Amino acid sequence: MVIPIAYVARNLWTRRLTTALTAGGLALVVFVFATVLMLDAGLKRTLVTTGERDNVIVIRKGAENEIQSGISRDQARIIEMHPAVATGADGQRMASKETVVLISLLRRGDEKPSNVVIRGTSETGLGLRPQVKLTGGRTFTPGTSEIIVGSSIASRFDNTAIGDHLDFAQRSWTVVGTFDAGGSGFDSEVWGDVEQLMQSFRRTSYSSMVARLADPGLYESFKADIDADPRLANEMKREQLFYSDQSRALSTFINVLGLTLSIIFSIGAMIGAMITMYASVANRVGEIGTLRALGFKRRAVLGAFLLEALLLALAGGVAGLLPASLMQFASFSTVNFQTFADLSFRFILTPGIIVKTMLFAVAMGLIGGFLPAVRAARLNIVDALRAI
Amino acid sequence: MASTEAMSPIVEIRNVTKAYRRGGQIVPVLTDITLDIHAGEFTALMGPSGSGKSTLLNLIAGIDRPDAGELRVDGLDVTALGETELADWRASHIGFIFQFYNLMPVLTAFENVELPLMLTPLSRAERRERVELTLAMVGLTDRQEHYPSELSGGQQQRVAIARAIVSDPTLIMADEPTGDLDRVSAGDVLGFMRRLNDEVGKTIIMVTHDAQAAKMARRILHLEKGVLTNGER
Amino acid sequence: MLLKLILRNALRHQLRTTLTVVGLVVAVLAYGLLQTVIEAWYAGAQAASNARLITRNAISLVFPLPVSYEARIRGVEGVATVARSSWFVGIYQDPRKFFAQFAVSDNYLDLYPEFVLREAERQAWQRDRKGCLVGRQLADLYGFKVGDVLPLRGTIFPGTWEFVVRGIFDGSDSSKITRHMLFHWDYLNETLRKTAKPRMDQVGIYIVGIAHPESAPAIARAIDSTFRNSLAETLTETEQAFQLGFIAMSNEIIAAIRIVSYVVILIIMAVMANTMAMSARERTAEYATLKTLGFTPRYVAVLIVGESLAICAVGGALALLATPLAAELFKHFAGTYFPVFKVSTLTFWLQAACAVAVAVAAAVVPALRASRVRIVEGLRAIG
Repeated sequence: MVIPIAYVARNLWTRRLTTALTAGGLALVVFVFATVLMLDAGLKRTLVTTGERDNVIVIRKGAENEIQSGISRDQARIIEMHPAVATGADGQRMASKETVVLISLLRRGDEKPSNVVIRGTSETGLGLRPQVKLTGGRTFTPGTSEIIVGSSIASRFDNTAIGDHLDFAQRSWTVVGTFDAGGSGFDSEVWGDVEQLMQSFRRTSYSSMVARLADPGLYESFKADIDADPRLANEMKREQLFYSDQSRALSTFINVLGLTLSIIFSIGAMIGAMITMYASVANRVGEIGTLRALGFKRRAVLGAFLLEALLLALAGGVAGLLPASLMQFASFSTVNFQTFADLSFRFILTPGIIVKTMLFAVAMGLIGGFLPAVRAARLNIVDALRAI
Repeated sequence: MASTEAMSPIVEIRNVTKAYRRGGQIVPVLTDITLDIHAGEFTALMGPSGSGKSTLLNLIAGIDRPDAGELRVDGLDVTALGETELADWRASHIGFIFQFYNLMPVLTAFENVELPLMLTPLSRAERRERVELTLAMVGLTDRQEHYPSELSGGQQQRVAIARAIVSDPTLIMADEPTGDLDRVSAGDVLGFMRRLNDEVGKTIIMVTHDAQAAKMARRILHLEKGVLTNGER
Repeated sequence: MLLKLILRNALRHQLRTTLTVVGLVVAVLAYGLLQTVIEAWYAGAQAASNARLITRNAISLVFPLPVSYEARIRGVEGVATVARSSWFVGIYQDPRKFFAQFAVSDNYLDLYPEFVLREAERQAWQRDRKGCLVGRQLADLYGFKVGDVLPLRGTIFPGTWEFVVRGIFDGSDSSKITRHMLFHWDYLNETLRKTAKPRMDQVGIYIVGIAHPESAPAIARAIDSTFRNSLAETLTETEQAFQLGFIAMSNEIIAAIRIVSYVVILIIMAVMANTMAMSARERTAEYATLKTLGFTPRYVAVLIVGESLAICAVGGALALLATPLAAELFKHFAGTYFPVFKVSTLTFWLQAACAVAVAVAAAVVPALRASRVRIVEGLRAIG
């Protein structure tokens, strides 16, 4: 025999203020929990989509990112000519030699300087990243001081509108276009002609090289050849893996901090649920006695109070998820600890996060409601009836 | 009683009306009540439930306000007082005895009785003396350190009576003081109230629907559907 | 009597009060730790001096400056000392064991009186080309001792580098961060001569010691104008501004932590408000009785607010007592990220303020309700 759910739900409704306060506490914890997961999901998606599946990236052995890396022109030539590199329709090798440096730009709003990645690339480089699409203006003309800016640079930094000029490395660079890189890390970059940038930064070597594999199966042999070649001091990685590795420190940081906080906060919310449920039991001792006298078993009473805690938690979970889902319209930017460059990413809500969050809410409710429910189930019928 | 009747009444009620709003409907509770109560009287207010007897008591005690009419206690127009003045006035003029005693469960018998004295300028020692004296009057000297939950119903009501008289108020108001008591305890409580009236001359107004209780009073008023039907004796 | 009533009311539901106090302790403690995390973030900048200037490449920090600048900076009026420092970014064992390494000139320590090194160790270091110095906090973390060989895998400068620990320097007080390692810039430069000639003779930043801190802005301008329109333009700022610039880059994370630190207070506010609302509702008849006896509505309100304050005072006080302990524990586990993790006086005050705010916010609605409810209705509600 199960106590009807309507009885349980109406009890919550009768004590609206208490229910609302308790669910509100749970909702805040759920909100923090969900936004942390969303932030991490956003960070991962941003850096994973930065890489293309069949692209590989070559950097100097031991370098952790493109900024630390260096590839001499000789090395670049050897790698470029490797048979594993695909050849385009025009007969060009599909490999882009790039230079990646950090420059300081002033953020719009607080006018504080932040490090921004500027990437010297080429037409081939643009071709290797099909997710990058021009959204305004035109692309830079090779051999000129023209640059194009990613969407999250254009929206967050001074002097990055089409027609504006940025002064660095003893030159004035003209912004001629803006691009959207589909939420990838390239959205936080400025792009220009590789030879022009190297000249003005007085660089004699490239930073990294991106190449399209002629056949995905050639990866292992290509990698082995690079490792074995005595003229090269480089290493090769899949582009996707390379960029997602760069999010590891930041992702760990967000997860550790966020989840630790969620757990600590959940103690507060669970105590709230426990207080409410204890009061709910105390206020209804007489009713519990009546139910037991009518023939409901201890287990049914236990179930009814656990169900009440569960409903409370579900209300809190939904109330926390709704504002969290609105966070999808916000973006977050911070310095990536591994590259020291500014990186902007979104909060992303996935079905997995919704499930995890609701489970978390339910767990809080059940843990908070368990002891009070046990107390209710343990009440002696005679004592309970006397309390009416 | 000749001596008291010569004086002006201590409670003067003139054409008092009171109604409650319940679910959009106006329910009249008291209709055009006019009544005098003299100092030293022990009055019982009787009537079936819903007759308005408790409301009338509440109006006199200044914990509720009439919709219309005049209400004077000891010559003072109570209806004209503001919330704070009314509280002060109650503190010094009214002793209230409830059906369910309404003692503070976290305070001992002594502290419960001392409570009204906290609103007076009496010193700590003076308060102690007054409380001990009053508790002795109700026969609970040996129980003064007990909490309400450690006392029987009759004892609790005696503490409540002590609390009602400790500040020597003008009027003692009792709302069904025996409603929650067994016969023996009820007899005790009523006997004590009667002595209070006989020996100290306290003016007592008591709401009850128990005829036995009403017999203790010197004057019985009947209320029926908000109107005084006056079965005065 | 008022106090007695408040305290006894607070203790009436011992289980409820205990749970609420535990919740408060957790929340106020978490708030304190988060505040301390934020402060720890700024610790580097607070320890930074205004008597030192940092000259770096104007484009960004990753671009070096030529070593030839040293003499020209020294020539600027008001400059007392100039030291070189280059970021090394080497990996010790595995990337998670991150600590900062700087290739510095021999006079570097003269500019940092807050790092105390025994003279014998300093001489031993100066004699050993491959010698290095490690900070006390770093040495304690990985158990480095004088004489140990410290291998680092270079990221910017390829290859495996081996250094010999010649000395361990201490901070002059506990707020100084000594979680880094120093070695000879000359050694780095000579090695580059053999392996990567184009990258030699470069300096990451110059640390400029000045005699009069008040003339810092003028000296900074003078240095920068010396190199205007040259190959590598410079940007000179005080060490403090330099450090704050670093922190500003991650300020959305700090903002998020700050917001979250108030969320926990909101959570406990909801819990506390619930406790007070339940208690006040159960005592409606008692409050009405008090009013019948002649106590004013304000007295009743004070009773409720007082109870809330009493509970929060206990919870807050316990949390304040526990905070330094929890901070020690936190430092033990997360010391790698926050070498300086000390609870400040301000944090204690903020925690206390939060406890009071929670108490008042939680009591407002029940207190207003209890003081406003008509006596007749209040009496009818039997607890």
